[in-house]
Amino acid sequence: MFGDYSIGDLGAIFAMQGFAGLILFSVYVLMALGLAIIFGQMGVINMAHGEFMILGAYVTWMTSNAFQHFLPALFPGYFFVAMALAFIASGSLGMLVEWAMISRLYKRPLDTLLATWGLSLILQQAYRSVFGAREVGVELPDWMMGSWQATDAIQIPINGMFVMCLTILITIVVAYVLFLSRWGKQVRAVVQNRVMAGAVGINTEKVDRYTFGLGCGIAGVAGSAFTMIGSTGPTAGQLYIVDTFLVVVFGGAASLIGTIASAFTISQAQSTMEFFMSGSMAKVLTLLAIVAILMLRPQGLFALKVRK
Amino acid sequence: MINSRFFNRSELIGFVSLLLLLVVILPLALDIFRLNLVAKYLTYSFVAIGLVLCWGYGGILSLGQGVFFGLGGYCMAMFLKLEASSVANTKIQSTPGIPDFMDWNQLTALPFFWKPFQSFPFALAAIILVPAIFAFIIGAAMFKRRVGGVYFAIITQAIAAIMTILIVGQQGYTGGINGITDLRTLHGWDIRTDHAKYILYFVEVFFLFAAIMVAQFIRLTKLGRILVAMREQEDRVRFSGYSVANFKIFAFCAAAVFAAVGGALFTLEVGFMSPSFVGIVPSIEMVIYTAVGGRLSIFGAVYGSLLVNFAKTSLSETFPQLWLFGLGALFIAVVLAFPNGLAGIWGDYVQPRIDRLLASRTKKSGNGGLVADGAPAE
Repeated sequence: MFGDYSIGDLGAIFAMQGFAGLILFSVYVLMALGLAIIFGQMGVINMAHGEFMILGAYVTWMTSNAFQHFLPALFPGYFFVAMALAFIASGSLGMLVEWAMISRLYKRPLDTLLATWGLSLILQQAYRSVFGAREVGVELPDWMMGSWQATDAIQIPINGMFVMCLTILITIVVAYVLFLSRWGKQVRAVVQNRVMAGAVGINTEKVDRYTFGLGCGIAGVAGSAFTMIGSTGPTAGQLYIVDTFLVVVFGGAASLIGTIASAFTISQAQSTMEFFMSGSMAKVLTLLAIVAILMLRPQGLFALKVRK
Repeated sequence: MINSRFFNRSELIGFVSLLLLLVVILPLALDIFRLNLVAKYLTYSFVAIGLVLCWGYGGILSLGQGVFFGLGGYCMAMFLKLEASSVANTKIQSTPGIPDFMDWNQLTALPFFWKPFQSFPFALAAIILVPAIFAFIIGAAMFKRRVGGVYFAIITQAIAAIMTILIVGQQGYTGGINGITDLRTLHGWDIRTDHAKYILYFVEVFFLFAAIMVAQFIRLTKLGRILVAMREQEDRVRFSGYSVANFKIFAFCAAAVFAAVGGALFTLEVGFMSPSFVGIVPSIEMVIYTAVGGRLSIFGAVYGSLLVNFAKTSLSETFPQLWLFGLGALFIAVVLAFPNGLAGIWGDYVQPRIDRLLASRTKKSGNGGLVADGAPAE
């Protein structure tokens, strides 16, 4: 399969496909970060995670429209406002859901899966009723258009680079919040031993609510970033949810580094293979490989030892 | 306490009323179009009964039952398709004698894995064996390594995704997104006529009651008791010397076979099979039929799949928008408020009243307090 290409071409192909993989990687990381917090830290299976992401995407779309109509002068910077709004919208919906639904189900993790699946159906239909079934795309500001010509054969789109930088930034913030801030320590304490954490005076209910909200908020930001590289439809979230769960499980549920490493492996494998075979076969092979590896090493790549 | 009788009194009432409903009332009350719809819904009951054993009793939530439903359905569809694409029927193709979708995809010979499906006994054996072996491989790989619960659910879901992508992608071998369509005859007997649909309905009902008996048998044996014990306290069962993994593998394989039988009957009733019954969404819907009916009740599973599908058809005919809201709300309500589904509501509210009525009439105090066997011991 390499026969028709020269060495230089192959290098360029790998570089470009590698970069396409990096964009996929960014989306995976952003989605998986929120899920890793919710699933890895709290043990809740949030099947509606994709819909929280899509909420962020729709918020971004609305913000971009609003800026176009009312504040055209500030349009180039609308994205940062949109991101903050997406975080707030998805985060507050997440906290509402946690209060109404999830908080009653902590002892039955499998049932959270079913209940949040129901929630995802409702949200999908709500998006369809409100925004219509057609996919919407946002208008990118000028500075995000175009691409950077690295060499003759290699072109790198600017919006892709922007999404990647954003991903790195968000990852650093999440790592800081979880590992260094006081609140993050409380979250981890609750995860490791809920009863003890309660006994030393941590308000576990409040921690749960904010953790779930944070996870959903990050999903919203992911959706916001997602609009930079693709269009948004009511069911777009569902396309990613299984992949994202696999990313989190493959990386080792409670490990942030594992999540990033597995997102990198999966996205690179998939986009490199996509060039040499049909997209569906690339996907099948990637998923099969993950399932096979998970059967050999069920705890994932980076397992955290927690006493159950 | 192991019940010495196969059915206790309330189960016997449930069995007889279901028998009356399916064999007498529905065929008399519905025209053949609606009866065929009921037959379609009932194929999901097989899956739901399997899930009662595997999920309700064994505590193993599989989100990949659509895969087994599809495997059974495709095995049957492959046989029927080969019969429908005899050389005489496919004269106009560039390669006569192979299924039409293969011809469209420039295949010139029957793929090797299609060839054995020219024999009906092989197809029947494959309907049972292919899903069973597949489930065994998955189950052995996972349960031997003590992967369970949430992880198992996610991995089975991934397998459902893989299966759909594979079927859709390999159009020449599987018929792609359209599935295997235009099935006509079974051993020369036209399955599309109204008369054939009546017969198929009763054949299916026969199989359904056979499945109910098998499930009830499994539930009442020591095996069923161990499944419940495993769900409640897996480690204690392991420490008592039982091989937890093997019991789980058995439950998972049994559920897979039930699903496959349902799938094969689905192909016969509906006349086609497609990847839209294999993927993530149909697999989760199959779980919700079980949850609505009551995850601990075999009869509940049948009623659950009938009711949810009936609601789905009538709601999506009249209010297509409302349907997803309704289904979503149903999921949430069942999980939050009625974890034991319809059977739980029946057992908690209706059954005691009937019992009291009967008891006051006969003035006998038999074993009035129904033991809700399998109810989580809390």
